[in-house]
Amino acid sequence: MTTTLQPAVTLPHLEDYTAIVGQPEIAELRTFAKPLAGRTLTMVNSTAVGGGVAEILNRLMPLLNETGLQARWEVMTGDGRFFAVTKAMHNALHGAPFLAPPDAFDVFLAANEQNRKRIVLDSEFTVIHDPQPAALIAAREKDHGYWIWRCHIDLSHADKTVWDFLRPWVERYDKALFSAPAFTQRLLIPQILFYPTIDPLADKNRELDPRFVESVLARFQIDPARPILTQISRFDRLKDPVGVIQAFRMVRRYHDCQLVLAGGGASDDPEGAEVLAEVMHAANEDPDIHVLELPPTSHLEINALQRGSTIIIQKSLREGFGLTVSEALWKKKPVVASAVGGIPSQVLHKITGVLTQSVEGTAYQLRFLLSNPEFARRLGENGHEHVKENFLITHNVKRYLLLFLRALNKA
Amino acid sequence: MNNVIQHGGPFQFVAASYLVEIRHERARNLYELLLHLRAVPEASVFFHTFQSMEAHHYTSFSNDFAQWVHSECNDVRLAERLGAVDLTSFPTIAEVREALTALIEDHVEQDPYAGARPAAEPFHYCTLETVTAPLDLTATSVAELAAGIRAISHQTLHHHFISSRLRPRLMVNDFSVWLQSIGLGELADEINRIDFFTNTLEGVRQELLRDLAPYEVGNA
Repeated sequence: MTTTLQPAVTLPHLEDYTAIVGQPEIAELRTFAKPLAGRTLTMVNSTAVGGGVAEILNRLMPLLNETGLQARWEVMTGDGRFFAVTKAMHNALHGAPFLAPPDAFDVFLAANEQNRKRIVLDSEFTVIHDPQPAALIAAREKDHGYWIWRCHIDLSHADKTVWDFLRPWVERYDKALFSAPAFTQRLLIPQILFYPTIDPLADKNRELDPRFVESVLARFQIDPARPILTQISRFDRLKDPVGVIQAFRMVRRYHDCQLVLAGGGASDDPEGAEVLAEVMHAANEDPDIHVLELPPTSHLEINALQRGSTIIIQKSLREGFGLTVSEALWKKKPVVASAVGGIPSQVLHKITGVLTQSVEGTAYQLRFLLSNPEFARRLGENGHEHVKENFLITHNVKRYLLLFLRALNKA
Repeated sequence: MNNVIQHGGPFQFVAASYLVEIRHERARNLYELLLHLRAVPEASVFFHTFQSMEAHHYTSFSNDFAQWVHSECNDVRLAERLGAVDLTSFPTIAEVREALTALIEDHVEQDPYAGARPAAEPFHYCTLETVTAPLDLTATSVAELAAGIRAISHQTLHHHFISSRLRPRLMVNDFSVWLQSIGLGELADEINRIDFFTNTLEGVRQELLRDLAPYEVGNA
């Protein structure tokens, strides 16, 4: 089969979302935007490509501009030492030990200072994403503008040394935004719930021609006639791919099915390559276990794999928000996922999916859903509605507008 | 609705939405749930009951407290009792709070072990910051009111039909207030009786439209 599909080259407009969220949502969004027309907004993060934040901003900034805001996206720069420090800080804020040289915080502050001099930060609204550029708040002139810190990571188990350093910077902002209530720390400033969102019109999520889905399955020699269980994630131990294989083997005693483990991260990450080797070893050349290492641009293929699957698994041991779950729910797929990180916000147990805590539990729930396809279908339908109500990019646009409106009203 | 409806004047639709603020209070067991429930601002109680109804249309329970007690405390009996607190029958948030605290107090008094038993995941108290803006949408007749109701989002419908009842001791939704003002008292009462407690917002919309339909021609 040779069906091909080209990636979308133009970004969608607000109007394009009408068919998905309905005319009232878009009309009201425009109503909220009216008082903000011409106001200036700058968002800053630490990378232009790769990673969930860059992906969100790539899609979000054009939409915010379309509402009438003058929105600008800046990316901070830094050398290898700075990014090594911020990676160590990132891991420590997730709860790992802080492994960094003694001058780590000096390196961090020096890079922030350089960026403060380089980036013009005089907008009425400034949104700083994640810890890397957090000290840019030093650029704020007394009482000028409204500054927001958007934290995309789970701070609930933050290393004390790193958090004690970061916290005074964070508390100079007007508000902090978190992806889930459980991710927060006690702060002197208000903390707002900001779910991350997916773009239903992006290549990763948009509707696909069923013939393209079939062609992708054929390309990877996956049999469309038998149930397909799929986990999409980097080859990372925290995603527990070997645990997924163990669960699959328990399920296969009762159901003739296949497993797909698809993701990236093995070619540019030494640990990823190690994990991939462990996965291949565990798969033991089983023809029904398809381990697919895909390049980071494989959005359409991942979309097709999800759409072609019977059940999607996300058996992470730890997780950030875990937006791949929303991607699967959006495609009306029944999901079996671990109750970690932001997953319980997306998977309401036995309502929009199934939550599990172990290999055995995952296997049992997979068997249950394979034996009860009508129940599985209902979970998928509910999951789609849940994502539509909470986790679409139009909600993200609206939340930012509401945030800025509140700031204006208080000024 | 923030503005007072002028007698016989047009109905002004208002776009409404909200931000969720995460508060510091967290409950790790029923005692802590109770402790904070007595003390958090009314806006927080409102958020976890009336506002969260729109999020519970496919769960077993109609408010966050019941849902948490069920899923994280595995206390089905208390969850059932909390979920059955009929929000339509309380004219103020203070009374909703009183009813909920009384149920939890009663439950932990009968079973003190249940009060201290750790929940699987904590309950995070939140509150909301509502933002409203007038829409380019008004109604001067029942037909226009119905057209407007078709054209608003669920959050805006919630604002006009549910949140509006909590203006002090009013217990009337915005649409009924306006219908009353144009002399359609009977229709206003009928609409005010729509059961939003056990219905989805889309279900509420459809019931509203059904009730308005017979009056659309005569009042168009």
